[in-house]
Amino acid sequence: MKVTITVNGRETSAEVEDRTLLVHYLRDVLNLTATNIGCDTTTCGACTVLLDGEAVKSCTVLAAQADGREVTTVEGLAAEDGTMHPVQKAFHENHGLQCGFCTPGMVMAAVSLLKENPRPTEEQVRAGLEGNLCRCTGYHNIVKAVLAAAEETA
Amino acid sequence: MIPATFTYRRAESVDEAIELAGQYGEDAKFLAGGHSLLPLMKLRLAQPEVLVDIGRLRDLSYIRDQGDHVAIGALTRHHDLATSELLAEQLPLLHHAAGTIGDPQVRHRGTIGGSLAHADPAGDLPAVVLALEATLVARGPSGSREIPATEFFRGLFESALEPGELLTEIRVPKPAARGWSFQKFTKRAIDWAIVGVAVQGDRIGLVNMGEKPVRATAVEQALASGASIRDAAEHAADGLSPASDVHASAEYRAQLARVLVRRGLEEARARA
Repeated sequence: MKVTITVNGRETSAEVEDRTLLVHYLRDVLNLTATNIGCDTTTCGACTVLLDGEAVKSCTVLAAQADGREVTTVEGLAAEDGTMHPVQKAFHENHGLQCGFCTPGMVMAAVSLLKENPRPTEEQVRAGLEGNLCRCTGYHNIVKAVLAAAEETA
Repeated sequence: MIPATFTYRRAESVDEAIELAGQYGEDAKFLAGGHSLLPLMKLRLAQPEVLVDIGRLRDLSYIRDQGDHVAIGALTRHHDLATSELLAEQLPLLHHAAGTIGDPQVRHRGTIGGSLAHADPAGDLPAVVLALEATLVARGPSGSREIPATEFFRGLFESALEPGELLTEIRVPKPAARGWSFQKFTKRAIDWAIVGVAVQGDRIGLVNMGEKPVRATAVEQALASGASIRDAAEHAADGLSPASDVHASAEYRAQLARVLVRRGLEEARARA
């Protein structure tokens, strides 16, 4: 089937198998490989992207379900001149990553969280990121980064 | 993991969804948020030949105050239930329980209708609608019918829905007994409940205590005949056969049910 999806502000279109998952559309069709595939079972959150502005796990969404809708990946966050998004900047400044595998999903989940709750408490940040696993156990600095980004943008 | 091949059809209206389901019969499955179905398809535990996507039927996404009950469209997402002020005020049990399902990403996709139609004994919302004595509305080729929640769950992943019938609305009466509690015992965040308990007044729904979501009728009967909460809760696993699996033995689940039912009833009474 043919799908047309606006990805990071750009209209994309391709003929795909009906069973194509959104994450494969992003990685294999569009070559946007920042979005990682981790557990592949809707658990780890590495594949988190925004669908119409809300965080979803793209390993559990069909490309067909995103047809006609807007998707944002971490590649679409920074400004055109390269200025980082406040959440990216906060992860950088607070050392909110170690190996970096969970980071794209973590950042997108944080962007979605701050959109719904611009001034979260630490507890709300921890609950808001419960769908994203970091196996370096860098949670402490990740939470710090999200709180710093909230401070910066509120 | 990628699901086995299937044909994707998108319904633009409820009528078209029912028509498509009728056309493909037992080979077809409705796709709402897909957060129960797609994982099963990736694992080859489900292999429908056709998916009828009902995810765009916005007219099935609503929460309405209807006086004596609240009407909830089947495609209302967990996120919408968990952020609804109307539910926070009128049905805090459902409001709270919806906010404990999965994680934020899952709640952005999963729907109440999908969760109920999936009829997973480990799901949270089936136990909640049992405790709330909701009525489920289904539409098929020959019209609509109402199914009491207590008659909806038939077995493991088996509901009273006929092939081709679409769950359209959940009607939840405003409870006279206001006290409520939701107890969910998990090993880690985002896990399914090892055992869960939904309490509204003296009605109790159990999560993961057998092949299907059930009411703790032995406890309800004990309470009705004047037993204390402590004594009544001892009957929480009476007549039930919870599974033994990697997470817990059947004996452990039975003990958890007794403890969680006691805690739930105590909390509900404190809130009444």
